[in-house]
Amino acid sequence: MVEVKEFWRWKEYNWKNPDIQWKDAAVITAGVDVGSVSSQAVVMCDNEIYAFANMRTGSDSPNGALNAMKWALEDTGMTLDDIHCKVGTGYGRVNVPFADRAITEIACHAKGANYMYGPTVRTIMDMGGQDCKAIRCDEKGKVVSFLMNDKCAAGTGRGMESFASLLGVSIEEVGELSLQVEEEPPPVSNTCVVFAKTEATGLLRSGWSTEKVLAAYCSAMAHRVVSLLERIGMEEDFAITGGIAKNVGVVSRLEKELGVKALKPRYDTQIAGAMGAALFAKALVEKGENR
Amino acid sequence: MIANYGYKDGSGDFFISIDTNKCMECEEKPCMEACPAGILEKFADDYNDVVVGVKEEHRKKIKYSCAECKPASGKRNLACQAACKPDAIAHTW
Amino acid sequence: MITAGIDVGNKNTRALILKDGEVLARSLVPSGFDQKKAARDVFDATLKRAGISEADVDYTMATGTGQEKVTFAHGRVTEVSSAARGAVKIFPGARTVIDVGAEEGRAIKTDEKGKVMDFAINEKCAAGTGSFVESMSRALEVTLEEMGPLSLNGENSVPMNAQCAVFAESEVISLIHSRIPKEDIAKSIHEAMASRISSMVRRVGIQKDVVMLGGVAYNKGFVEALEEDLELKLLIPEDYPEYISAFGAALVAVDKAGSK
Ligand code: SF4
Ligand code: SF4
Repeated sequence: MVEVKEFWRWKEYNWKNPDIQWKDAAVITAGVDVGSVSSQAVVMCDNEIYAFANMRTGSDSPNGALNAMKWALEDTGMTLDDIHCKVGTGYGRVNVPFADRAITEIACHAKGANYMYGPTVRTIMDMGGQDCKAIRCDEKGKVVSFLMNDKCAAGTGRGMESFASLLGVSIEEVGELSLQVEEEPPPVSNTCVVFAKTEATGLLRSGWSTEKVLAAYCSAMAHRVVSLLERIGMEEDFAITGGIAKNVGVVSRLEKELGVKALKPRYDTQIAGAMGAALFAKALVEKGENR
Repeated sequence: MIANYGYKDGSGDFFISIDTNKCMECEEKPCMEACPAGILEKFADDYNDVVVGVKEEHRKKIKYSCAECKPASGKRNLACQAACKPDAIAHTW
Repeated sequence: MITAGIDVGNKNTRALILKDGEVLARSLVPSGFDQKKAARDVFDATLKRAGISEADVDYTMATGTGQEKVTFAHGRVTEVSSAARGAVKIFPGARTVIDVGAEEGRAIKTDEKGKVMDFAINEKCAAGTGSFVESMSRALEVTLEEMGPLSLNGENSVPMNAQCAVFAESEVISLIHSRIPKEDIAKSIHEAMASRISSMVRRVGIQKDVVMLGGVAYNKGFVEALEEDLELKLLIPEDYPEYISAFGAALVAVDKAGSK
């Protein structure tokens, strides 16, 4: 499989809810989201998050899934056998040896967002390192409409990083720097990252500051997101997940263009997919379909 | 559900949209056979509805996969759409 | 009669001066940020090379994506028309013309007079243009010129997943890490690119003879991959395949000047 660098800076970590005694729980489920860069595991006891872990997938995804799961369970005394149902999701979902079922990241992401943001969320824009997805869902977190774009680097963390590297700027700084302009420049006209970089070289040569070029690129990104949202039909409440959520340069311009504020989440949005998978697992247990 | 398969890149929007609510009602799925490029497949989706979608290996190059049905000029002949009785398939380009 | 064709592309601007059917001079400058200046500079350079002055030129024809920047031209013609016209002049049997440059790829169906019947364009996505091979050569750490010979020595191709120039770069780097020979990677890159160009060509319908133009025509590895994909031999102008649009524009200028 394709090995890719780590593009959005995130830390490997695990977390455990100290207020829950898992042995008292009626239903224990887990979701594992195996992405091309990172994998997340979430363990739920009844309706609460009990533990989660986020770590790098590495070159072999079956192990990535298992490692993330083991790390979430670290020091809990819980083993895989204590979990009533496990669901795998993400691009490596078919490679999760211990999963009872595989469900697409679209359905899981919607379900997880519904839990994280509450049932009022209708539209979710997820922009990760390697792809972006636009999802519209109902009050139960069921997908009404979606698109996923993993073909084109424009609008992904990878594309942003490639553009920023031309300017010698690190990806975390892009958002802040792009806001340090007196006047909003017209957006970069090329969508293609390769051609946008050529365009940027020309803009710099004609005297534009780095900040101004970044502003033009962030606003082009915001336009692009709006057009993706239009394709699936935008409805409030609106949430942004994935690495781009941390880029104020894109998010603020996007909110302005849409005339809508994005919801603030209660958890790290990176675990939305794994959380959705754990919720699907719970529904399977309740329906008696967990084996 | 409206499932959009395909992509948006610098050159445009290339999505095949499947209205799964309509598609699930259709037993025969004649579009699969009709497609000369064989890019459609049948599967049970996440909500257990049996529907068609675009095969994974074509999703990133759908503009090229469908090129044969979309000559640069002259009549377009979208075999999948013609075969689909409930009118569940739409193309964005 | 003396005519000139000026082809302003996104990347390079070219000029060619024609005297009674003979090419007097040609030259190229990067288009850069100021295409208007590029057009002027390249024209002046070509005039100098030809040893004539602007007043000696009966008709100047602009073509290319930046054709309206050639303010001193007498007329304009689309890049599709000029490519077809130039190709048919060199190969009278040409009916399909494939023109792949750095920032665009085109397939043109033409009649025996070089009149355009139909065309399709790949642009604005680097994956369907010559820029793709350029980006990949950087990832392979070889020059663009080395790509062709390298790929001709490739034995097995490996499947390339990415359909994007940016993602393909990461893919190439990981192929290098897994010790796939550079020759095989280069071969696979050209095959991936060829399949995108061939499906564009099929949209206009393939009719022989098929001519290949543009800077990418120099890349033997790509040409071989495209020939295999299309299952036919491509005709390539021996001299300056990347000047055919400028040449075609100068030919159209002859007609125009004659009827002036
Ligand atoms: S438009 Fe550019 S960034 Fe997007 S897929 Fe094409 S090459 Fe990649
Ligand atoms: S347009 Fe043609 S190639 Fe594309 S899905 Fe429909 S039938 Fe298949």
